[in-house]
Amino acid sequence: MGSGNILEIRDLHTSFFTDSGVVHAVNGVDLDVPKGKITGLVGESGCGKSITAKSVMGLVRYPGRIESGSIRLDGQELTGLKEKELRKLCGQEVSMIFQEPMTSLNPVLKVGRQVAEALRVHRGATSKAEEKQEVIRIFEKVGIPEPEQRFTAYPHELSGGLRQRVMIAMAMIMNPKLLIADEPTTALDVTVEAQILRLMKNLCGENGMSVLIITHNMGVVAEICDEVYVMYAGRIVEKAPVFSLFDETAHPYTKGLLASIPRISGNPEYLSTIPGVVPNMKYLPTGCAFHNRCPLASEKCVREVPEMVETGEGHFCRCHLAKAQTARG
Amino acid sequence: MKAVLKRIASMIPVLIGVMLLTFILLRIVPGDPVSILLGEHYSQETIDRLTRAMNLDKPLWEQFISYVLGVFRGNLGVSYTLKRPVTALILEAFPNTLKLALMGAAFAWIVGILAGIIAAVTQNKAPDHIFMGFSLAGVSVPIFMSALFLQYVFSYRLKLLPLTSDGSAVSLILPAVALGWNSAGSVARMTRSSLIDVMEADYIDTARAKGLLRTAVILKHALKNALLPVITMMALQLSSMMSGAVITESVFSVPGIGRLATQSIMNRDMPLLQGTILFTTVLVILGNLAADLLYSVVDPRIRNEG
Ligand SMILES: Nc1ncnc2c1ncn2[C@@H]1O[C@H](COP(=O)(O)OP(=O)(O)O)[C@@H](O)[C@H]1O
Ligand SMILES: [Mg+2]
Repeated sequence: MGSGNILEIRDLHTSFFTDSGVVHAVNGVDLDVPKGKITGLVGESGCGKSITAKSVMGLVRYPGRIESGSIRLDGQELTGLKEKELRKLCGQEVSMIFQEPMTSLNPVLKVGRQVAEALRVHRGATSKAEEKQEVIRIFEKVGIPEPEQRFTAYPHELSGGLRQRVMIAMAMIMNPKLLIADEPTTALDVTVEAQILRLMKNLCGENGMSVLIITHNMGVVAEICDEVYVMYAGRIVEKAPVFSLFDETAHPYTKGLLASIPRISGNPEYLSTIPGVVPNMKYLPTGCAFHNRCPLASEKCVREVPEMVETGEGHFCRCHLAKAQTARG
Repeated sequence: MKAVLKRIASMIPVLIGVMLLTFILLRIVPGDPVSILLGEHYSQETIDRLTRAMNLDKPLWEQFISYVLGVFRGNLGVSYTLKRPVTALILEAFPNTLKLALMGAAFAWIVGILAGIIAAVTQNKAPDHIFMGFSLAGVSVPIFMSALFLQYVFSYRLKLLPLTSDGSAVSLILPAVALGWNSAGSVARMTRSSLIDVMEADYIDTARAKGLLRTAVILKHALKNALLPVITMMALQLSSMMSGAVITESVFSVPGIGRLATQSIMNRDMPLLQGTILFTTVLVILGNLAADLLYSVVDPRIRNEG
């Protein structure tokens, strides 16, 4: 609708209604993915990144559901869409790849057929030979060596990196406008990670595709993102162009994340510099959800949920201290 | 292929073990076959003659060896009571048992799998509860009870199907349902839980993210994976179908292996009993082998290891 965003999420609330209480996994998220750009969504494990992505794809499972909010894909509202209409968009307009390339491919089907299926769902049945040609072409494009042979391979016969390339091929084959990649390289080793990231960046550049990449790795963010959202306990706490995020970090949580970039690849999920753990999302702390781990927390942080404030050009932060910090610095 | 031959070769010690067991077992149970065969009023002379003729005067190990050699030549001895070669009796009865077991299995699998799928997709709603209620009844009611119930309703009351069976397909419907009922229950439960498990898998999300609708996801992605464990169970059931057939056959007077076995026990007809036990064992082993082969056809991960 004229706006430069392929995806616009407004005040999204997605919750799980479990027997032991309501989990507010996504708690009022606003997020934009500009056209042709790579946008990052970062945060520790369990902060609601995957559920945000799954809300877009209509993949939130019982007992979870989208409670309120709006998700617009290229101007079209997705919440409240019938399952059949939403499925028509998935794979065609928006695709998703997942963290675990082993478990996200069906173990009993040949990978070539699984990719071809993405074609067939949207285009109807064409000849098998034709489908195969097209799959082999996309295999070549995503850098799968010996694509003819790989077509008939089963997932367990491929390495993790190759499986993720198959996933990318599957997601790309219909030329979607938006690719959502949920920790696409977390399960891979560092060299393969670099290759896959480069591939995604190239594909994005060539096809004008937009990407929303989810990660908990600040290194990945620095590598490929244009703009970054930082998420904590179901809320966006900071949003900034990538350089601004690194140079003028506004939120104490983001500072913690940045300080914890592993110099030598260790366990990336372990954030030694932020004391404490992600709060239980059933019993969110009052006020700013980060206050119990924040070195700068004051009495106001316990009481009031901070608003998003602009701290620089295109740089937003949800922290009572944010303005003061930038004023000082 | 090599793996298959290996499996078949490994059957031989099992078979010899079973032969040895039945051989010993039948010789330590009380009751002397000769007197069983002759009744009470015969002279010692006749008894001695018959004992010699039946090789019962030889040492036990010699009896066993000649028995084993006979078995490998297809000779299972002569039935004491029916006075005919055991092999011939078994081959006559087997088609009826096979038909009954296959029909029972077909009923169990088709009904069980369909009920399981319906229950899984309507999880925790009315159809799920209804089917699972039925399957619980299926699992817990013994065969002879469901058999009598079916006879009462369909033969006695509705007069739709014959009360007893002569081995024809129509007359085997009731016995097959009675026999399959149990397994249908467990197949349904297993299909349901397996399908529900599989629907949690990541590749289900992938399929939906591709744009597949729920039915297509279930049919093309979930079912094949969900049925893997069910297939193993179904093949194992094929063997238990054989033992179930024994009971079913006697309730419906089906002229099959089961009835031969019960007859032979009642009459202490040793050769016939040995023959039926041995034959059933072979069937069970072959059933398991078939299950393994089938499994490896369905699951590519196993195929590669062979
Ligand atoms: N099926 C579920 N039932 C209850 N809570 C869930 C379920 N799935 C996810 N959650 C909760 O939602 C929160 C966000 O999960 P997720 O989006 O997967 O985190 P991440 O940021 O690591 O991707 C987590 O705290 C998790 O406990
Ligand atoms: Mg996640």
